[in-house]
Amino acid sequence: MDMKRTYYEDVQLVTSPVVLFWLALLFVFLVVFPFVVGNYYVYVANYIAINIIVAAGLNLLVGYTGQISLGHAGFFAIGAYGTVILMAKAGLPFLLALPCSALVAAGFGFLLGLPALRLEGPYLSIATLGFGLTITQIIGRIELFGGREGLHAPDIVIGSWIINTDRQFYFLLVFITIVLLTGMRNLIRTRVGRAFIAIRDADIAAQTMGVNIVFYKTLAFAVSAFYAGIGGGLYAFVLKFIEPEIFTLMMSIMFLAMVVVGGQGSLMGPVVGAGLLCWLDLKLRNILDIPFLGDWLEALSRSWFSITGVSNIQYIVFGSIMVAIMLFEPLGLYGVWLRTKRYWRTWPF
Amino acid sequence: MKPEFLTVSNLSISFGGIKALQDISFSMEKGEIFSVIGPNGAGKTTLFNCISGLYKPDEGSIRFKETAVEKKKPDAIARLGVARTFQNIELFSHMNTMENIMLGRHIHMKTGLFRGMGMWGKSTFAAKEEILHREKVEQIIDFLELQQVRDIPVGALPYGTQKLIELARALALEPDLLLLDEPCAGMNQEEKQDMIFWIKDIQDDLGVTILLIEHDMKLVMDISDRVLAINFGKSVTLGTPGEVQQNKEVRKAYIGEEDQDGISAVG
Ligand SMILES: Nc1ncnc2c1ncn2[C@@H]1O[C@H](COP(=O)(O)OP(=O)(O)O)[C@@H](O)[C@H]1O
Ligand SMILES: [Mg+2]
Repeated sequence: MDMKRTYYEDVQLVTSPVVLFWLALLFVFLVVFPFVVGNYYVYVANYIAINIIVAAGLNLLVGYTGQISLGHAGFFAIGAYGTVILMAKAGLPFLLALPCSALVAAGFGFLLGLPALRLEGPYLSIATLGFGLTITQIIGRIELFGGREGLHAPDIVIGSWIINTDRQFYFLLVFITIVLLTGMRNLIRTRVGRAFIAIRDADIAAQTMGVNIVFYKTLAFAVSAFYAGIGGGLYAFVLKFIEPEIFTLMMSIMFLAMVVVGGQGSLMGPVVGAGLLCWLDLKLRNILDIPFLGDWLEALSRSWFSITGVSNIQYIVFGSIMVAIMLFEPLGLYGVWLRTKRYWRTWPF
Repeated sequence: MKPEFLTVSNLSISFGGIKALQDISFSMEKGEIFSVIGPNGAGKTTLFNCISGLYKPDEGSIRFKETAVEKKKPDAIARLGVARTFQNIELFSHMNTMENIMLGRHIHMKTGLFRGMGMWGKSTFAAKEEILHREKVEQIIDFLELQQVRDIPVGALPYGTQKLIELARALALEPDLLLLDEPCAGMNQEEKQDMIFWIKDIQDDLGVTILLIEHDMKLVMDISDRVLAINFGKSVTLGTPGEVQQNKEVRKAYIGEEDQDGISAVG
């Protein structure tokens, strides 16, 4: 250890030229990407970016603070409806409507966090699940929210920039995602993030070291809900139209799956998890178009599962992949990454 | 009269039918090493849990620096300057040594949600604060000779090292009162010697008042200013190490008749 070590090394973002190189490469890739691929893949990237934001927020709750939520579709819905309504009905600009509705989601997160203090494990799962289901029911019944008919999302206008293509939206999304992920990383590296992790690892010790666990547990819920709210607010413009049926329990479960498959309690885990699961979800919809495999799966589905329904085969493949990942690497894809890194470090010895 | 430091009065707590503590009273003076001895299940850890706010006593009061703390929450008591270690190690197993000890700085730091997320460069508030407090932690790491394990996740470290990291984390809080629950348990003779040395240093150089639970009688008699013996949740005797050793009940209940030779060797 050199004597003149600066402690900023421990917390800074770019720790070495190698990291800087990879970050620069990633940046170039992100900029070039929408110009070299077709419109569909830009749409896919947008979809993934939104899920990354939500998964990163949920990871703060599940991976770092050791709580759980099966109700994140509820916060997602609040963000989506909030942003659209604030823009369409209150005339707020997008850049104001988005954070405002995410703050409303954070407020609900805080409120849900209060009873969550007394609940753990399965009880907390059910409480949050109830929240998610209730939110969509309430939204579906309120006239202002368009009821069952849903709402159309207006065009996004930022200053004189009108966003009406997927590619334009892509750049906005990439920017927001990078800001939120870096913010999350900074949070985890500093005092509040340490308090979160401390509560997860040993809550008694955390308390006796001066960490107010009531405050930090509810704060984790609020921040997590804020991220979900931002994600929801952005999602409204991917779909251009929102209705209560979109924000299902399945959606909440998928958010959780992204965190777990990617590797909870790591920064890149939810990014990779969201990327993989979204991609699989979209790809597997067309699984029957793949030569040979598609035919085989269709035959399999017809003979074993249902005569008409080949649609279920996509979920069976999807589920099998998730089971396989969890079986072989309980730490998720992040665990695979750790092992690969270790392998290459000692290579070729 | 000296200002009041820690005063425990008529403390009682029971769990179901078990009276874990009954009518325990004592007071500590600033700067002393005060030990609590007693056989397993006597209620020593329960006493610590009451003082650090994890348990709420059924009866009695605890005053720390003129503040009633028996109804306060653990984090509020920590902010008053009470830190502790645990009999069964309670470290943040996925954090490395440095981060574990940094958590001990929690009450001295100010970075919150927004300033934390906004650590976008070396000159931001959060970065400056991190650097400042990491320097302080490094001093503790040097003091307890933990440099070797500085960046290693603590879950993977040997038991004795983990005990030391717990001590380091407690010291990082800069406590006025330090509660040590069997700090030498499971350590070999050499590690114990180091620990005694450090505890003495913490008292002398850092001016920390220490409440100690320890089974090793020689260790207790060597470093304590006063000793409280309890058994079945009740106070047996309180006095200087010499006085406590002479007590019949202590000999019988705690040390056991068969250990007579051991005692005279110590005495
Ligand atoms: N949270 C608890 N619930 C039930 N019983 C407890 C609890 N904490 C301590 N006890 C009981 O109180 C008694 C004293 O325990 P303890 O303070 O841990 O003893 P020791 O002197 O060995 O540290 C024991 O009989 C123990 O079982
Ligand atoms: Mg004990």
